[in-house]
Amino acid sequence: MTVTAPEREASVVPAEAPHSYGMSERTRKERRLGWKLTAPAVILMLAVTGYPMVNALYLSLFSYRLTDPSGRKFVGLANYGVVLRDSLWWQDVVTTVIITVVTVAIELVIGFVFAMVMNKIIFGRRTVRTAILLPYGIITVVSAFAWKYAFALDSGFVSNWLGWLVGKNYNWFGHRGSALLVICLEEIWKTTPFISLLLLAGLSQVPEVLQEAAKVDGATFMQRLWKVTIPNMKAAIMVAVLFRALDAWRIFESIFIMTAGAQKTESLSFLTYRQSITRVALGIGSAVSVLLFVTMVIIAAIFLKGFKVDLGTVKGERR
Amino acid sequence: MAPITMNHVTKVYGDGYPAVNDVSLDIADGEFMILVGPSGCGKSTLLRMIVGLEDISSGDMLIGGERVNEKAPRDRNLSMVFQNYALYPHLTVYENIAFPLRLKGVSDEEIKRRVEEAATTLELTEHLQRKPSQLSGGQRQRVAMGRAIVRQASAFLFDEPLSNLDAKLRGQMRTEILRLQRRLDTTTVYVTHDQTEAMTLGDRVAVMRKGVLQQVASPRELYEQPLNLFVAGFIGSPPMNFLPAAIENNQVKLPFLSYPLPREVAAQIGSSDLLIAGIRPEHFADSSLVDENKRDRGITFEVKVDVTEWLGSQQYAYVPFEAPDEITRHLAELQQELDSEHMRTQMIVSLDPASRIRDGAKSELWLDPSRVHLFDPRTGKNLTREMTIAAQAAAAPAPAAPAPAAPAPAAPAPAAAAPAGAGSASTSAAGASATGGPAEPPAAPDGSVRAT
Amino acid sequence: MTSTATAAPPKQRRQRTISIGGAILIVIYTMLPIVWILSLSLKSPGDLTNKKFLPSHWTLGNYRTVFKTSLFTDALRNSIGISLIATVIGVVVATFAAYAIARLDFPGKRAILSLALAIAIFPQVALLGSLFSMWRAVKLYDTWPGLIIPYVSFTLPLSIWVLSAFFREIPWEMEQAAQVDGATAWQAFTKAIVPLAAPGVFTTAIIAFFAAWQDFAFAITLTSTNRARTVPAALAFFTGASQFQQPTTAIAAGAIVVTVPIIILVLVFQRRIVAGLTAGAVKG
Repeated sequence: MTVTAPEREASVVPAEAPHSYGMSERTRKERRLGWKLTAPAVILMLAVTGYPMVNALYLSLFSYRLTDPSGRKFVGLANYGVVLRDSLWWQDVVTTVIITVVTVAIELVIGFVFAMVMNKIIFGRRTVRTAILLPYGIITVVSAFAWKYAFALDSGFVSNWLGWLVGKNYNWFGHRGSALLVICLEEIWKTTPFISLLLLAGLSQVPEVLQEAAKVDGATFMQRLWKVTIPNMKAAIMVAVLFRALDAWRIFESIFIMTAGAQKTESLSFLTYRQSITRVALGIGSAVSVLLFVTMVIIAAIFLKGFKVDLGTVKGERR
Repeated sequence: MAPITMNHVTKVYGDGYPAVNDVSLDIADGEFMILVGPSGCGKSTLLRMIVGLEDISSGDMLIGGERVNEKAPRDRNLSMVFQNYALYPHLTVYENIAFPLRLKGVSDEEIKRRVEEAATTLELTEHLQRKPSQLSGGQRQRVAMGRAIVRQASAFLFDEPLSNLDAKLRGQMRTEILRLQRRLDTTTVYVTHDQTEAMTLGDRVAVMRKGVLQQVASPRELYEQPLNLFVAGFIGSPPMNFLPAAIENNQVKLPFLSYPLPREVAAQIGSSDLLIAGIRPEHFADSSLVDENKRDRGITFEVKVDVTEWLGSQQYAYVPFEAPDEITRHLAELQQELDSEHMRTQMIVSLDPASRIRDGAKSELWLDPSRVHLFDPRTGKNLTREMTIAAQAAAAPAPAAPAPAAPAPAAPAPAAAAPAGAGSASTSAAGASATGGPAEPPAAPDGSVRAT
Repeated sequence: MTSTATAAPPKQRRQRTISIGGAILIVIYTMLPIVWILSLSLKSPGDLTNKKFLPSHWTLGNYRTVFKTSLFTDALRNSIGISLIATVIGVVVATFAAYAIARLDFPGKRAILSLALAIAIFPQVALLGSLFSMWRAVKLYDTWPGLIIPYVSFTLPLSIWVLSAFFREIPWEMEQAAQVDGATAWQAFTKAIVPLAAPGVFTTAIIAFFAAWQDFAFAITLTSTNRARTVPAALAFFTGASQFQQPTTAIAAGAIVVTVPIIILVLVFQRRIVAGLTAGAVKG
């Protein structure tokens, strides 16, 4: 562990350790064991993502339908132009942004409340933790069906219960707004537990004694929350938001089950699926796939950059 | 600044265990009160009840004459220094100290003025813009104190504030705290398990055991006139020796010597014939080094020294002895309560470093029997307490006890001790009332210290 | 030190009320949709459209229907088999990798972690097209391995994170002591670390199983028949006992059947799952 590695970091599985000046036999053995142990994982991860992604990148440069292999021809970046000029793409971007922003924002609030309840709870801690894991563990498709049937025109009890608000025969899936609302509700229900567990972990890392000190210093509940608790769990909050935002951005199953993209509720993932699988337009589909990937990289980059800025303000001098 | 009064304060947990049991204590305005005892004795719980972080099951807590039982911590206007300092890691030193003021909405200029004043007092000025994580332990401790003194709190509460510092720094910070308290003259309650802190800092010291107040008195009085076996064993380092004392024919028979049973004790013991004798290590002496004019007052006896430890300024000799099972059992229980291991029954003798007594040798020691405390093994009560008080009053220039007593410059102990004994410490093991006269000036014995 | 007093003062009583009230709200929140789908699965076809939360006649008929439908029973078999195999392979592979990452020093460590992070946030849907044509080319389409391979790959990142977080908690000295006692690095791993790591590995296995059990996108894309189609995909294609009957209640029954294992795992291993879910994210 004291030997510094002069090699490039990227070389994951070199055939032999290069230039092992001054390395002890033990160090070399340790390296070789490290590579051996990680090799299967790396190969598997690359085989299922790396190669197909490169393949998608390649296919996206062709006009190619699976049903018409002979009609395949190189078109350069034309597919990307087609996608980006299509208003459907932008409509789906808007839909995905709405779903991501709405769900993450609401989940953060509810998740925080849940985390605070779980942190303080005295009786039934086990029951609550078990309950909170159920939405997380349940199959997304099942959850989507549950919410779909709850709101559906024929079988749903919600319209019955909320008849005074929207009318007994309100078709929730008949309008973009209400359909997106149900999709968001399902997503929120299913993933808030995960966010609340992450926030709970962050919350429990804020020492109780800080709360006590703030009480003695004269802070009210809200002052303790804003001035002591939240600033000290920023990292956990950021991690939770990042994970959830990237997850919400990939929303697919619930839309597939609930609306199949009708009423302009199609997400980017669903568009990708429809292009490459339903329409077997591998060229265009691959272009959409690559663009979906790019949007996620952008989001992650924004977050990581935001992260760095945050860490900077924590460490650097203020005032 | 305000006095703190506790009337029959009790804390019972869900399992019915009383962590604090019927404690009554008056802390005068400006007084420095120490709460001391082995771990789990309830001292921290009591402190947290004062500040409002623990609910009070029964009894009254008064700060500045006002009942505060139901008040939230922030309405009690107390400031507290926590054991781990509880600094806000996301705030700079400046903002940490300013925190209580910001909560109150004090103006920025006022905050700046007061934070800088506190920082100057605590020599933190150059660290104001740093984060707690960049500070050393001692600096963090000072920041915690800065946060405590920056607002005009009614009282300061300290919860073992020095226990996370190394020995050298602890000594420095101890004097720092004392100086600060003397300057600000704010009522202070200080929890510790460290005897040195208890003895050097407090105007008065309250010793607790299993939630019950044992004795409240000046450090000197605790050391010289312990009310019971527990206090005697807890205060003093190395600790008081406890030896079996058989009563036969009006003689007190200790393992190595015997002397006439004092009349006062005889009246109290009834038919029991076995007591526990408590002798401070420094009350023994190498008989060859005892002044001729003093020698007559004591008894000379021979022992076989097992091991000696020479420390330069001090020397300790260890003398094993046999004790009856009953006494051994009592002492083992006591040791356990005092957080220490029960070792073999042996006596520790503090000798002059010049003494030539060596390991394994038969040696002659000297002891003044009037210095021996006798305790009832069942109740733990000190049977010779009144006698010691009288004796000390009589022996005018008392041989300076090398005890960690208050750094009183030539405070004539006897004069002070006599009245204080009756007044400020009238507690019993039953925990009735540890309160002296209600408005009694804080610890008469240490008046001289406070004047400096 | 905080605890409840027998005679709770008002402040504590209020706190307790809030905490119990909050707990009840959370339980209602999480249980309502599950109870709804259970209720739906017990409704008779005639009850379906009455728009009531609870059935007026309870029936187990829907369960009989799904268990008589080969689409469902085959899918259940596929789901169990594929998820278990993917979990076992994934956890074994992840254990090796996480051990190396947590314990050994070798170049490329950070690159592997970055790769895992990238794959964790990777949009699986973007791969469907490529995988679809690849799998057809190599005859993996509509087979068990055809799903097992992507499941293993996509559960690996989380497994590696969670496991390396667990492994970092294991005392170093154990392994070094074993090596001083004459064990090779491999023996140190199997004899000193594995017993200590077992709980973490087990937790990871549960989380990986959940992920495989959940998957929908690969299942609908890479299968076409009952040979390898898993339950989530089957539910989406379910059409009911007959063409004239609404599949709703039967789907609900199928949904409940595949939710039962989840509920059992959550009930039994609640503490471990929470530890696993948070270990990777907060510490890593």
